[in-house]
This record gives sequence, structure tokens and C-alpha cells, in this order.
Amino acid sequence: MAEGENEVRWDGLCSRDSTTRETALENIRQTILRKTEYLRSLKETPLRPSDRLSNIESSDGLNKLLAHLLMLSKRCPFKDVREKSEFILKILRVKQPVDMPPRRLVLSKQIVYEDAQMHALFADSFAALGRLDNITLVMVFHPQYLESFLKTQHYLLQMDGPLPLHYRHYIGIMAAARHQCSYLVNLHVNDFLHVGGDPKWLNGLENAPQKLQNLGELNKVLAHRPWLITKEHIEGLLKAEEHSWSLAELVHAVVLLTHYHSLASFTFGCGISPEIHCDGGHTFRPPSVSNYCICDITNGNHSVDEMHVNSAENVSVSDSFFEVEALMEKMRQLQECRDEEEASQEEMASRFEIEKRESMFVFSSDDEEVTPARDISRHFEDTSYGYKDFSRHGMHVPTFRVQDYCWEDHGYSLVNRLYPDVGQLIDEKFHIAYNLTYNTMAMHKDVDTSMLRRAIWNYIHCMFGIRYDDYDYGEINQLLDRSFKVYIKTVVCTPEKVTKRMYDSFWRQFKHSEKVHVNLLLIEARMQAELLYALRAITRYMT
Amino acid sequence: AGKEPTTSGEGRERQANPAALGLVPRADPVDSGSHFAPLLGLTDPGFSDCPDLKMSRVTTALGGSVLTGRTMHCHLDAPANAISVCRDAAQVVVAGRSIFKIYAIEEEQFVEKLNLRVGRKPSLNLSCADVVWHQMDENLLATAATNGVVVTWNLGRPSRNKQDQLFTEHKRTVNKVCFHPTEAHVLLSGSQDGFMKCFDLRRKDSVSTFSGEATEAGQDGKPWEWVMTGWVPVLPVLSCCVLRLHPSFAHGRMQDAECGANGACEDTLCGCSLGPLCVTPFHSQSESVRDVQFSIRDYFTFASTFENGNVQLWDIRRPDRCERMFTAHNGPVFCCDWHPEDRGWLATGGRDKMVKVWDMTTHRAKEMHCVQTIASVARVKWRPECRHHLATCSMMVDHNIYVWDVRRPFVPAAMFEEHRDVTTGIAWRHPHDPSFLLSGSKDSSLCQHLFRDASQPVERANPEGLCYGLFGDLAFAAKESLVAAESGRKPYTGDRRHPIFFKRKLDPAEPFAGLASSALSVFETEPGGGAMRWFVDTAERYALAGRPLAELCDHNAKVARELGRNQVAQTWTMLRTIYCSPGLLPTANLSHSVGKGGSCGLQLMNSFNLKDMAPGLGSETRLDRSKGDARSDTVLLDSSATLITNEDNEETEGSDVPADYLLGDVEGEDDELYLLDPEHTHPEEPECVLPQEAFPLRHEIVDTPPGPEHLQDKADSPHVSGSEADVASLAPVDSSFSLLSVSHALYDSRLPPDFFSVLVRDMLHFYAEQGDVQMAVSVLIVLGERVRKDIDEQTQEHWYTSYIDLLQRFRLWNVSNEVVKLSTSRAVSCLNQASTTLHVNCSHCKRPMSSRGWVCDRCHRCASMCAVCHHVVKGLFVWCQGCSHGGHLQHIMKWLEGSSHCPAGCGHLCEYS
Repeated sequence: MAEGENEVRWDGLCSRDSTTRETALENIRQTILRKTEYLRSLKETPLRPSDRLSNIESSDGLNKLLAHLLMLSKRCPFKDVREKSEFILKILRVKQPVDMPPRRLVLSKQIVYEDAQMHALFADSFAALGRLDNITLVMVFHPQYLESFLKTQHYLLQMDGPLPLHYRHYIGIMAAARHQCSYLVNLHVNDFLHVGGDPKWLNGLENAPQKLQNLGELNKVLAHRPWLITKEHIEGLLKAEEHSWSLAELVHAVVLLTHYHSLASFTFGCGISPEIHCDGGHTFRPPSVSNYCICDITNGNHSVDEMHVNSAENVSVSDSFFEVEALMEKMRQLQECRDEEEASQEEMASRFEIEKRESMFVFSSDDEEVTPARDISRHFEDTSYGYKDFSRHGMHVPTFRVQDYCWEDHGYSLVNRLYPDVGQLIDEKFHIAYNLTYNTMAMHKDVDTSMLRRAIWNYIHCMFGIRYDDYDYGEINQLLDRSFKVYIKTVVCTPEKVTKRMYDSFWRQFKHSEKVHVNLLLIEARMQAELLYALRAITRYMT
Repeated sequence: AGKEPTTSGEGRERQANPAALGLVPRADPVDSGSHFAPLLGLTDPGFSDCPDLKMSRVTTALGGSVLTGRTMHCHLDAPANAISVCRDAAQVVVAGRSIFKIYAIEEEQFVEKLNLRVGRKPSLNLSCADVVWHQMDENLLATAATNGVVVTWNLGRPSRNKQDQLFTEHKRTVNKVCFHPTEAHVLLSGSQDGFMKCFDLRRKDSVSTFSGEATEAGQDGKPWEWVMTGWVPVLPVLSCCVLRLHPSFAHGRMQDAECGANGACEDTLCGCSLGPLCVTPFHSQSESVRDVQFSIRDYFTFASTFENGNVQLWDIRRPDRCERMFTAHNGPVFCCDWHPEDRGWLATGGRDKMVKVWDMTTHRAKEMHCVQTIASVARVKWRPECRHHLATCSMMVDHNIYVWDVRRPFVPAAMFEEHRDVTTGIAWRHPHDPSFLLSGSKDSSLCQHLFRDASQPVERANPEGLCYGLFGDLAFAAKESLVAAESGRKPYTGDRRHPIFFKRKLDPAEPFAGLASSALSVFETEPGGGAMRWFVDTAERYALAGRPLAELCDHNAKVARELGRNQVAQTWTMLRTIYCSPGLLPTANLSHSVGKGGSCGLQLMNSFNLKDMAPGLGSETRLDRSKGDARSDTVLLDSSATLITNEDNEETEGSDVPADYLLGDVEGEDDELYLLDPEHTHPEEPECVLPQEAFPLRHEIVDTPPGPEHLQDKADSPHVSGSEADVASLAPVDSSFSLLSVSHALYDSRLPPDFFSVLVRDMLHFYAEQGDVQMAVSVLIVLGERVRKDIDEQTQEHWYTSYIDLLQRFRLWNVSNEVVKLSTSRAVSCLNQASTTLHVNCSHCKRPMSSRGWVCDRCHRCASMCAVCHHVVKGLFVWCQGCSHGGHLQHIMKWLEGSSHCPAGCGHLCEYS
């Protein structure tokens, strides 16, 4: 069988024209039929479908095809494609993947495409990428943010920019690998190869061009201890003779790195499962018992989920109900008392220090060592380099004062100057993330959550040693309880250690959408923190 | 006095103004020679608007004191965030995160006068984002702290700590504080939390609060009570007005309303609560306030700018809603400044790198000027006494301070480059002196800039501009002085194809009449002078490859001659002669007998000449012929001459002179001779439809390179070099010899190609410089390797790209593509390698053909069938865009001769053009 004929072209499906999609699907159908015929003829003996499917592993190509088709049947925003691919699967008597492990509830749940805006977003995303990834599906809880997010990501990866396309994906891989985020790595390995990247590079950073290898150090520091970035780092990258980066390229790279670091946080923070068509994302076998549970984000099912959690942890519903009430009460108090009780300057200063110091004791008690999967660890070197607390760090690093270098005034201008339009996009994204609110808290409506959001945002910046002069860090202690802090800290600093238990144990009364909202805040705050350090170093280099 | 200097010399001007200002003219040696005068006001109409009025006030303001100083700077201990000048113009306060000092400005230096940052433990209250010095009271200062505190300072306090009052009402960083220009106790602050607060310094808390969230109308149904945090009319003037203008806002009623709304009144002074904070509306996405400025001319008005790009205008008496709101910038508006003279003029600067000047007097705020800078604008300050000047500095990247004339928004009038890091604060030293500018910077320095020491980008700017219009018009703008100097000359006399209209237009709005007036000249092409017809014809008809060199040359010569371009035709003929003598034919031919080759060449030569003779020019036949030959001789002789001088001294004389003569002769004679027979145009040969199509030529291109390489090899062989020696001895035969013998001799000697290359190269350069890049490129392609090595890659590439550009402008896509294909330059030949994918749909099912080949895998039919012969078309397929039927080019052509309907029988009236 000629290889050329077996090539399946998926790009036709991304078209907005229904006839084009139909043609493309028909092509796919024929190819698959041909392939199965071929396989069947190879084996000669007719096999029972289940057998055949179990043996089909041998034919890697077909398996991939089917996986992709499965993804389409579930995910494609276009109804015709969904139906048709399901139909093809039925012909092949592939067992419907309803019986996938429950941990992947996100995937098995049919997405409802009623919301017009949501649908438009999905269609956009699908048309651009040819897939609808799980991140998008989770973020769609907040369509306003998602739109901005997708726009930015699309611009960073596909539009005009100083870096070649395969570099961009490779940098994405580098960044995600820093947090051992196999999900993102796999996603971008595919993309990387798709845009014509050299497969050799994937064997490890040492096989990539020297230029990218040079970026490794920045990647490492940026991911774990951004406050250590100095202008020497920048200088080292910009002045490396033939391997040197240009300023514009560097800014592009920095934006990509920070984007993927924070996206890795999101992936772990929300427990995004592997893509349906990637390894481990699907199964055609009956569900087996799987203990590898991260968490599920399903709006429809969350009540069931919650019950389960509650019963498991023996926390009464009323208990968690009081949590919300207590939080609300604290917010109210804070708002009222702020002007009455005036903390002295010294106290304010020390509060920041206290919060900073405390943040370092906040850590998950379980010290299970996560060993990275083989294929991911090869993308980064120096695995021992990880997050170290800002305050515990040996040498004295001065506090970063936002009033001296902030995103709105300084970072934006620099990014926009060197990588036009991106500053604007990121700025919008920050704004949306920071200001996003539905004025609800769990079961309460009409709540002003700005104080809470600000506390979360500033707490994350506090962990990175960034201080707001005009913020009373005592508020953080009032508003964020310990389990929540543990979660924040883990997601932001060592996302690979997030467990489902952590996810469940904070804010038990809150909806999943609200927890995703928190995650959005976390990742944007983290991205901004990293960007601020990196951009400040670049500014210092330039002056 | 003010009116007089406009025409006077620089020295006089400098003296005239200070005298009028009540200043003693200072002895300044640098002064008169500087380029300061024109900028100061020579050309500034605003300067002399109302001299009398202005001057009198200035005199009182300055009180007879003299401002002197020089450009100087001093080092601060820490980066500065803001500076402000005392009204006596002798002191400046610098504030930053860890600095708060007052410096005295002396003649030669800054002297630290007072450090206001006292206390062992520096508090955040001292971390200043902004500082302002009261313009009425020398002892009063206010700072805005990054933690949201507004602090006032009284320098008159006897203790070391001059701190006076502390206002801690803002929840976020205070970005700006501003004193009322005339009222002694009114202070305004704008903060990150989206509120502006007005303080009375005699009270402990704010008088009124203005919310940036407030809309212009205030009718969106939002509760306003939380905006008011306790209204107490303390200011006699203000409260009077309130009572008079808005009776409903009377104190008592306000109190009632508030108390009723909140039910929690604890304030000791008025019985009102400090503010109903518990009902903070949840829509409070109030945008941060970046700047607040009291209007200088309107007592009650102040402007505020916001992070979302809005500018609001407020009446200090109406805290419930703003008077006016408009979007000024895209992105945060970092700063604003009221014009000191013109009522209602507001300058704003934003992150979008613009400075805009608004006129607020009209019903809608009108944008009057817009200056585009290169970085976000952090501060903007109108320049005193110069109506249209303002100074700006940037927040990032750019460290300089610019002074702009807003009517001239592209080039700054002056530039100060002293700082090594971003400038954070600027202030004019005295409100009526335009020449002293103070600035503080992140690089921890404080600077005094003198205007006369500023650098002027105008001087470095390129004052000429040139642009082609759509229809070949040419516009040229230059400094008037430059044009005037050349006015005696007629512009563009060189080019006969563009006989000229000379149009001069002066922009009346140009403000710098004396300084930078420029003249714009427009050269129009002669109407109907489609002078480029020859270019198109030549491009279409030239043959560049695919035939033997001799034929190509012949063909091209003929084309050129038919178009009346005889010099070009001659060049082709000569090239043919030079390169097609059999001795030079590559490889295989070389083994042939030399004699035979020679005669062959001669025959060709003769027949060529005869054939091309105009029939009616009998008398001139000989001349013509001799000229043709002589030309080739010239070429030979000229280059051989150099050779001879090296090798054969004795015979130099004879050869040199005629060669020169002939060269000169050819130039003149050329036109004359051939212009005689304009009727000498052959009927155009019926051309094949797509003669230039590149497909059939592909093999040629691929095959070409090896050949010339052989040639080169041979050229280096001893055999050829032997012939070179022959040439040396034979060359001196000059034109007095019979033509035939000359030709014979030369051809027999088989001159190596290298021999001519210098000449050919010069010829190509000559054509290229003449503007006939077409010729240069055509010859380059036709001759291929024969000359390529003599011309450096870059020049070749330059020619190629220019020619391709020209071809594309004339829409000669085929030709341009052929040229691209034939070029050997890597950069050029990759031009047609981009976006080469062609998507094909099946002509039956109209679906895209996904697999390669001729069979549609959907309908299993051959896709591209010829509608005439019903075979698959592999190659050129022509089809009707109306019905998408078509077939072999030849077949369709034939078919259409007989019928206008579609050959497929679909009934469509096909059009093939």
C-alpha cells in the first residue's frame, strides 16, 4: 500500500465551509476503510471486533487515525463532522468511549454547543488549530477570558513574529517540560513536527541548536526563581556571537516561556487530562480501575462530585457552608475596619515580610516525589533545580517594588516596542483575568469579590517577592485559609505536585467554575510576575 | 519691544526679550553664535501676541530678579520620581522612593539645602510617587506616597521634621497631587483606586471625593452616596458657590441624606460617617487616576486622566458627576497639562506614544494637535512664553527630553540628552522664563538644561523628500534655500522623456516660515507620453534562452532595431560577433578546423549586415556596413590596445588613435543613420500564444550551467592562450585595412572570451547606469556564464531585482517569471519559490483533488480532460472561467476559431483572452 494514499488530511475539516468539510471527511472515511481492509487481509482470519481492536495496537497508524476521529466525534464544534466521524467509528464497530475512566469526565461529557458565543469561540479555536484541546474546554467556563486567551496564544504561535514557527513550539516544549507537564509537551511535540521541526531536537535540548540551548538557563531561572534574573542573563543571550538572540526574538521567547510556565500551572491546577487523541487520553477498552486521579472539572456533575468528596473526607455540608460565610464575614469586616484601625508603617512593612516568610512554610505535607516520565525529562536538564522560597534564599534579593516597575507603565511599553501588538494582547488578558467577576461566591450573589481577588493576586506576587506599597498584607492572612494557600503555592511554584486532594480541600463549597476562575488568576499573576522580572532585566540591560 | 525682533539678527533678539522681561541682558559669549534665537520665538507668532500685557505681568512676577545659570547636573543618592520648583525659581524639590530633598539652584551648581527624609526608620509614607510645591506659598509642599498617603509639609516648622499633615484616605497608591493655583489651602489628589480627593489643608480629611467611575451624565442609576464621604463646606468661596448654585447640596441636607443612607454617623466634626464603605458598589472597576491638574484659568475646573484612556473635566463644586468626559488615548493617559495662557487648552500624553492638545472651550473637546513620539509619554509641560511649545519625557526606553512645537509634530524642536536613564520629572524653572528646564531621572541625577544648549534634531534631519506618484509624477520637496540656490537651473533637464512642469506649492500653514520652509516641486509626466512602450515590447519579444547564442543575439538585435533602438541592436550584433565566433564555441566545436570556423563566422556576419540593410539606403550601404564591422573592430581594438601597451610597445600608436575615433564616431552616427528609416519596421511575426511560458524552457535552464564551465576550462587551456599571442601581433591592423581581412584575422585568431569581458562588463554597467537595466539583464542572461563571473554578485542581484520590479509594474508576469527562472542569483531565483501550491478542483464533482495525479478519487474520473480531444491534459491547460471547461491550448484555440460556444457542449459562450 502506497504511503501517500494513506495520508490523511485533517486540514479540510477546519474549514468553515460545510462542503469542504464533507469532502475531507469522505476522504478520511475511504482511507480508513482501505486501511482496515488492508489490515484484515493481512490477518486473513476474521477476528471478533474486540480482538481486532486489541490487536490493532500493532497498526499504529490506524490507531492514531481512530483516536483522532474519536476526538472529532466528541469535540468538533461542527455538528456534521461530529456525526459523521461517529458514524465512521460505528461502521468499524469501535466501542463507544462512553466507558472511559471516570476521571476523564470532561472528555466523555458531550459538550453542549448551545451558547452562540461559546460556539463561535470553539469554531475559532478549531479552525485555527484543528483541534479543541482540553484547556479550551475547561477555560470555557469563562468565555470572556477564553477569547482573549485564544487570541493571544494564536498570535504568539501562528502570527507574524520574530521567531520561526518551530522555534516557538520548541520553546513551548522547553517551558512545559520544566514543570514536567506531559500534557503540554505532547501537544506541542505534535505541533512542532507538524510545522516542520526537526525530530532530532526532541531527543533532548542538547540536540537543539546552540541558540535554543542558551535559552535553557533563562527558562530554568524564570520557571523557578525568576527573581534571580539579572541583566547578565540577558547579556549572555544577546551577545553570543553567531548564536545570539535579537532583542525582539528574546522578548518573544520570554513571552512564550512565561505563557507556557503558567499554562503548565493551569494544566496541573485544573487537572487537565491528556488529549483524547494523544497517548493515554483514550481507550477503546472497557474501563479499568484507575487510581491516578487528579480532578474533574465538570459543571454538570459537580454536585455529585462534591457529595463524593464530602463523604470521603467526612466533612459535613454545614461545615463547608460556614467556611463561605466566614469568608464573607471577614471581607465585610475588613472593608469596614480598614479606616478605623490604622496600622503603623512599620507594621505594614513587617506584614509583608511575615506573609513572605509564612508562604515558605506553606507547603503540601505529602512529600511524594513525582518522577517525571522518561520522555519528558529529556527536554530539560538540571532536574534538581526547582522552586526555592524567595525569602529562604541564601543571598539577599531586594524586594521588587511594583511602584517602580509595573506592567502597565513599563512592561507593556517594552513588550509592545519589541514585539508589536503582543503587549496589547497580554495587557488585555491581564485586565480581563484581574477584573473578571460574576459577583458570586458559592451560593451567594451580589458579592464584591474584588478584595478577595486582589488578595490572591498579591499573594502570588508576594511569593515571588513582588511588593505593592499600597497593600496591607494582613488582608491575605484574613482571607486566604491554609488549605487555599497550600493549593496556590503548589500550583504556582511546583505545579507538578498538585493533587486532587488539594484541589478538593480548598473552598469546598465553591463551584468548579469558581475554582477555574481562581486558577486563571493564579496563572495570570504568575505570568505577570515572571514577565516583570524578565522585562526588568531586559530594561536594565538596555539602559 | 516684542514685535520688533522678528526680523532682527540673533543677537538683537536675545537682548530684546530679556530687556522686556525686566532682565538685565547677561553677558554670554556662547549666546550669539548659537542657534537658539529662531527657536526661542523668532518664528513663533504666539510670542508676540500681546506683548504689553504679558510683559507687565512678567515684570511683577520676576520682581526684578535675574535668572542665570548654566547647563549642569548633580548626583542624587537615589532615583527620582518627581520634581517640583519653588515659586522663587531658586529651589527645587526632588522626591523618589528613597529620596526627598530640596536643592538650591545656584549659578554654577545645585546645593543641597534640606533633607526632608528624617527619622531612623524610613516609612513608606516617605516613598514618594509625586511631589508638588505650592505656587503661592513657599513653605508648603505636598507629596503623594506609593502606599496611598498624601502628606503635606510645612517648611516653616521649626523642628527638623517638617511633616505637617497626613491624609490616609486613599486605598491605593496616589499617583498625583496638585495644589490649586490660586487658593492657598486646596489640594487635589488622584489615586490608583480610582478616586480623586479634594483636601482642605485646614481640615483633617477630604472635603470631597470624585470617582473616576462617574459618567458624564450620572444617570446610570448607580448610587452616588458612597461617593460623598462627608461634605463640609469649609472653603468660604467654594461653599458659597455651592449654596448659591446648587441649593440642594446645602450642608444640612447632604448630612441627612448620608446619615439616612448609612445609619452610621460617627464623625466628630460633622456627624457624618467617613463614608458608607460597606456598600461599596460591586461594579467598582473604577479606573486608576493617573493625573489631576487644576485649570490655571478656570477657578473651579480640574482635569483628570485615567488608565483606560479617558480624560474627565470636573467642577470642584460638583463631586457627583464630571462636567465632561472623552476618550483621549488608546491605553492609559499618563499626564496632562493646562496651557498657561490659552484658556481651555489641555495637553495630554499617553502610553500610546502620543501627545494631544485639546481645545476644551468648544462643545465637544476638539483635538487640535497631535504629536507622535517614540515612546510612551510620562510627563508633559507647556513651555512658558512659547504658545505652541511643550516639553515631554518618556516612561520607558527613551531617556531624552523633547521640546515640541505642536504644529510641527514630526521633529522635536529641541532635545536634551543628558540623562542616562528614563526621565521621571520635568519642570520649567520659572513660569515666565522659557529657557531653563529642570529634570530628575531614574539615573539619580538632577539636571538643569539650558535651552541654548539643546540639540536640535531638525539640523540633523534629512531635509529632502522624493516620491513617485501613481501616474509617474515625481514630487520632490527640499529646503527652500536649497531649491532657491538652484533656481537658475531648469530641473530635470537630463531626461527628455519627462519634459517638465515645475509646480511650486507652499503650505500656508507651515509655521516655521523662516526656519524650515520647504519647497515642493512636482514633475509631471508628459500627458500621453507613454514613453515606456518600447520597454514592454522589448520585454515581450526578447528571446533570452532556448536557442543558440547566435540566434538569440540576432533575434534580439532585430527586435531592438524594429523598435528603433539602434544602439541596443548594435550591441546585440556585436555580442553575437564576439561570442559566436566558432573558435569560441564551447567544447565540441573547438576541435573543428579553425579556418572553416572563421569563414563561417564571416559569412554569417556579412549576410547579417546585408539582410539588415534598409533597401532604400543604397548610397549608405557601404558606410553602414563598415560601421557595423567597425564597431566590432572597435571593440576588439580598444581592448587589445591595453593588451598591446603591455606587450607590444612599438605598435601601440597605430591602434590607439583609430580606436578612440571609432568609439566617438559610433555614438554620434548611430542615431543619425538609423533614424533615416523609420519605415524600417518589419511586420510583427505572429507569435506563439505563450512564447515566454517557462515550462518548455525548464530543461534548458538546467542544462545551461555545465556548458559554460567547459568553456571556462578551455579558456584557460594553453591552446587558447596561444591564440592570445596571435591577437597581440594581429591586433594593430587598424580600420584602414580592408574589413574582410580584419575580420578574418580576428576570427582566425579565436580571441578568448576573457579578452572581451572587461569591455562587455563596462557595457553592461553603462546600460544599467543609463537606466536601461533591461538591456543589462537581458545580456547577462543571454551570455550566461560568459560574463557572469566578471560582475559581482551584488550588482547582478541588484539588476535582476530592479528589472523584475519593473516588469511586474508593467504586469509582465510571464517575462518576470522567466527572468527569475533564468537568473543564477540565489536570492532572485528563490523569488518564485514561495507560495507555489496550486489547489485544483475536479472539474466534475467540483471537489478538491487531494491526491496527486489526473484521476479524481471521488468520482473516479479523469479530472482535466480536454473538451475537444477528450484526453487528459498534462501540461498547459486552458479553461474558461465561466464554465470551467477547457483543454489543450492548441485545441481550444483551434476550436474557438470556428465556434464561440464551449466545446464541451454546455452551451456557455466561452471567452478566452
